[in-house]
Amino acid sequence: MSKGGKTIGGLLIFLVIAIMPFLYNMGKADAKPVIDTDTPKIQELGATECIESTEYMRENHMQLLLEWRDSVVRDGKTTYINSQGKEFEMSLQESCLSCHNDTPQTVYYTAETANQGDNQFCYSCHDYASVEPDCWSCHAGPREAVK
Amino acid sequence: MSINRRDFLKKAGVITALGLGGAITLDAFEVLEPLKAADFTSPEDLTGKRWALVIDMSKLTQTDIDEVIASCHDLHNVPDMGNPKDEIKWIWTDTYEHVFPGIENHYLDETTEKMPFLTLCNHCDKPPCVRVCPTKATFRREDGVVGMDMHRCIGCRFCMAACPYGARSFNYWDPTPHIKEINPDYPRRSKGVVEKCNLCMDRIDQGLEPACVEKSKGAIVFGNLSDPDSAVRKLLSSNFSIRRKPELGTQPSVYYLIGGEERA
Repeated sequence: MSKGGKTIGGLLIFLVIAIMPFLYNMGKADAKPVIDTDTPKIQELGATECIESTEYMRENHMQLLLEWRDSVVRDGKTTYINSQGKEFEMSLQESCLSCHNDTPQTVYYTAETANQGDNQFCYSCHDYASVEPDCWSCHAGPREAVK
Repeated sequence: MSINRRDFLKKAGVITALGLGGAITLDAFEVLEPLKAADFTSPEDLTGKRWALVIDMSKLTQTDIDEVIASCHDLHNVPDMGNPKDEIKWIWTDTYEHVFPGIENHYLDETTEKMPFLTLCNHCDKPPCVRVCPTKATFRREDGVVGMDMHRCIGCRFCMAACPYGARSFNYWDPTPHIKEINPDYPRRSKGVVEKCNLCMDRIDQGLEPACVEKSKGAIVFGNLSDPDSAVRKLLSSNFSIRRKPELGTQPSVYYLIGGEERA
């Protein structure tokens, strides 16, 4: 039976190591992202409605962006008509980022400035879900108004 | 029930031939099928147009050419990589001999021989780069513009091998640090994608002429080849024009006027 004891002991040690990360993180639930749409930038614009409902955007913004991309790049169509019949320009930089922008200092978004957390709208959720958007590696955000 | 080695090999051979051979033959037929219209987007607004450029070389001075290239490259965030191997070019110059191989003569006049020919993507009717692109990142719009969707480019560089005009450049390095002044209104590129002239399709969609046309002081004319009254058609019907490597059947839409004199 001495051998059996060693086996069981070994298994126990393995089990402890295997669940160590879970034990370590117990009770330390990652803070859920807080999205603040009441930013000075949005107040300034006076527009408090997104192109579609919040629920729709939360679930479908990635699909919507892909459809916009194909439509603009391949078909030359740049006008989006939403479910209310309102028209918007299909442009990440012009339509999305003119509201969802929290960059008081930076002139335009780059990968570096984005990581400083100055556009919390995208990154607060994307960091939480560990999905890194690579938009800013090519696209620039809206420019700071020339003073 | 036993099977000897010889019978086994025979049967295995037949099955393999049926299965594999069948699949390969079918695939081959699929490849040989002509490209369907659905492979290219066909929005209503773009049909009935065929954008083209006519470049009148006699009206272009070196200063004009420099200005044209600079304005295009500044507008589209084209980096200056500092060496010819990594060079990114949308519009550039080359000698007559290189631009029009096959029609160079021994005793070419010195002006033509030394002239820096402005050259760019030819936006072909039958673009080889579109046929070879495995991800359809490169596509031809109904209005004749051969464009790229950078999001879909995987950097395989088949298009660079296919393009007979050398109009495509590969980003071997991250271009952002090499851009003189970033234009935030136009996207940059990331490392590992191919890029080329897009005939300013975003400007065309806004009703503007391509940037090179605007800066060329009338030497480059932009217009619709499908419209007999367009500026390009008028120029082409009254002048002798040449195109790059027409013998390849790609049907380029960039025309060159060498003499520049009205003949008709």
